[in-house]
Amino acid sequence: MVTVYDSVERIDAEAVNSKEKRSNYAARVKIFPKRVTGTFRSLKWWVMLVTLGIYYITPWLRWDRGPYAPDQAVLVDLANRRFYFFFIEIWPQELFYIAGLLIMAGVGLFLVTSTVGRAWCGYTCPQTVWVDLYLVVERWVEGDRNARIKLDKGPWTFDKVRKQVLKHAIWILIAVATGGAWIFYFADAPMLAWNFLTFNAPFVAYSTVAILTATTYVFAGFMREQVCTYMCPWPRIQGAMLDEDSLVVTYNDWRGEKRGGQKLRKQNQQTRYGDCIDCNLCVAVCPQGIDIRDGQQLECITCALCIDACDSVMAKTGKPKGLISYATLRDYNASMSSQAKPTTWRSFIRPRTYIYIAIWSMIGLLMLGTLLTRDRLDLNVLHDRNPVYVTLSDGSIRNGYTIKILNMRPEPRTMWLSVSGIKDVTMTAAGRDEAPASSLEFEVSPDKLLSVKVFVRSAPEALTGRMSQVTFTVTNAADGETATYDAKFEGPAH
Amino acid sequence: MAEKDIDQLSGIETTGHEWDGIKELNNPLPRWWLWTFYATVIWSIGYVIAYPAIPLISTATSGVLGYSSRAEVADEITKAKVAQSGLLSRIESSSLEEIRKTPELLQFARAGGKSAFGVNCVQCHGSGAAGSPGYPNLNDDDWIWGGNLEAIYVTIKHGIRFQWDDDTRASEMPAFGADELLEKDQIWDTAAYVRKLAGLEHDAGAAERGAPIYVENCAACHKETGEGDQEQGAPNLKDAIWHYGKTTEEIVAQISKPRHGVMPGWVHRLDDNTIKQLTVYVHSLGGGE
Repeated sequence: MVTVYDSVERIDAEAVNSKEKRSNYAARVKIFPKRVTGTFRSLKWWVMLVTLGIYYITPWLRWDRGPYAPDQAVLVDLANRRFYFFFIEIWPQELFYIAGLLIMAGVGLFLVTSTVGRAWCGYTCPQTVWVDLYLVVERWVEGDRNARIKLDKGPWTFDKVRKQVLKHAIWILIAVATGGAWIFYFADAPMLAWNFLTFNAPFVAYSTVAILTATTYVFAGFMREQVCTYMCPWPRIQGAMLDEDSLVVTYNDWRGEKRGGQKLRKQNQQTRYGDCIDCNLCVAVCPQGIDIRDGQQLECITCALCIDACDSVMAKTGKPKGLISYATLRDYNASMSSQAKPTTWRSFIRPRTYIYIAIWSMIGLLMLGTLLTRDRLDLNVLHDRNPVYVTLSDGSIRNGYTIKILNMRPEPRTMWLSVSGIKDVTMTAAGRDEAPASSLEFEVSPDKLLSVKVFVRSAPEALTGRMSQVTFTVTNAADGETATYDAKFEGPAH
Repeated sequence: MAEKDIDQLSGIETTGHEWDGIKELNNPLPRWWLWTFYATVIWSIGYVIAYPAIPLISTATSGVLGYSSRAEVADEITKAKVAQSGLLSRIESSSLEEIRKTPELLQFARAGGKSAFGVNCVQCHGSGAAGSPGYPNLNDDDWIWGGNLEAIYVTIKHGIRFQWDDDTRASEMPAFGADELLEKDQIWDTAAYVRKLAGLEHDAGAAERGAPIYVENCAACHKETGEGDQEQGAPNLKDAIWHYGKTTEEIVAQISKPRHGVMPGWVHRLDDNTIKQLTVYVHSLGGGE
């Protein structure tokens, strides 16, 4: 029977936007890291304790600097442009110390990465530390991996809602505390805390806390490994730091393969199996959601939890630890060719690390040297440009200068400013009715800059030409500390 | 459709782009990245609605928040004016000497004076108040009409030879040459004597001849010693500062046909507070008495 269907021809068309083809974007697959115990997990707990401790406690440490300076040990006083760090006080023009510290941190990171791989990522990076902290909460509320997977897949029961609310509430509390601690570095902590709680703190304090709360909550609660994989630039740079002598978390496949579980091993009695029993524990504990047995990967932050996991399994199966271990590529290759000589310390001893250490210590010593010998009294002199000199009625020549005396100590100091270099040169300060003299007395407030206009006067005969040299010296009356500044004294051409 | 190029090692399709043998894997973007992108798009729409954004021919869309950077500046100026009002009223009620003696008032008046000077005075006196021939240098200690605060204040307020102000300072030196009050030779001799008074190089014979002429014609205002008289606005002739130049020719020119500078009386354009600040500023330039 010929039906009407035969009259319709099939067109050769393709739904280019069909669901299967729409794969330009991928949703994040949730990761449920399993709890693990072991050497590296313990180390990570300690690192977390120390880093979080430093972060939360530092602003509350006190340091007595006398009545004229704040008593907070670490304080970034943006309003007054001062940075306090225990016994060190930094003025804006000394910001190169901060730049130096940042360079040292950078070189230090290079050194660490080239020797022990991504230790920064795996242990101390705030992203890692806070994700760890959030995972502790998640585990405490929802249970370990399997329970969490079950809960996640399960329907929205009362119990699930209760657990979710509790988890997110604690997460937000931690996030608020994170943002909250940050602002204490920028103002007197106890006072700001009180003002913050009584809604008297400046708007920027609340907005800063809000932003950091949001980023902490989102990054540690939801983004997690996505931050490392897609957002952080450091993993990309690290490619240049790592070489065959860098320690990386390595699956020693020369020992592990051919992998197989108990069942397979029984089935294939003739086959030679390696130490890996394919239990997947290393995958289950990984917070980055990778399988270390696939080799070193971009996503791996070398947190070494898979080492702990595998070591516990090796202990159970009676095999030596270290199927997954910190190893250099060189060690790994040597093991592959049966020249096993795993000496991890070798990764520290090579030209690359020497150079990093040399640069690092050079900058450090340079900064330490300048820090120890730096002046706490400074003098800046700006010569008047218009007019450069003034002829007075008695024929003498006068030059105007703006003098800046920097008293960088938190105490009031009496300074003597004197001028020399030209015979019988005298000066007066604007706004002061006193006889011209070669030195003038000034009171400089604690930790302040005194700007004063002075008029220096010389007989024309004493000048050597259009340009003469004068030296300004400021001396602290009490301790004799001095600073000098060489300036020009201009006059008419002879 | 082009054939798919699958990377051997990872098993992932490549984009087909190749740079020196390096190929790009066509991994999917994370979906949150797409959401972030959409969020920024939505944000930009909100921004366009809220803030001035789209340029039109002579203006731009104003946005529902009514924000304008000009209004912000106006607002800041208003705030600054309010902040200044305290100091301004203190300057209003203080004497010039009190302003000079009070550091914060002095600082404020100097700054305000400098700004007013930059608008009103630099055209003649120069931006550094160093003047030029005919326009006095305000930095030095030679004052034609007096250099204390009060005298400077009166000069700024009423000006010099300013015909629209009855209280203006005025003086007029006779034109000894143009009006034929003195012979040409006498003028040259007088000029030589003036140079002698100032301690400058001069023709001794001429100066001797010029002395009695000076006493008879000039001493009434410029005084016998040449120190001048600020009451009459007669410049000091014996010091190192010369209003119109110190060469014999320049002095002769000034005796023959004197030039007389004019300065406006600023009371007609500036408020008293500004004049006070200007006074303190000029006084603080280094020559104030």
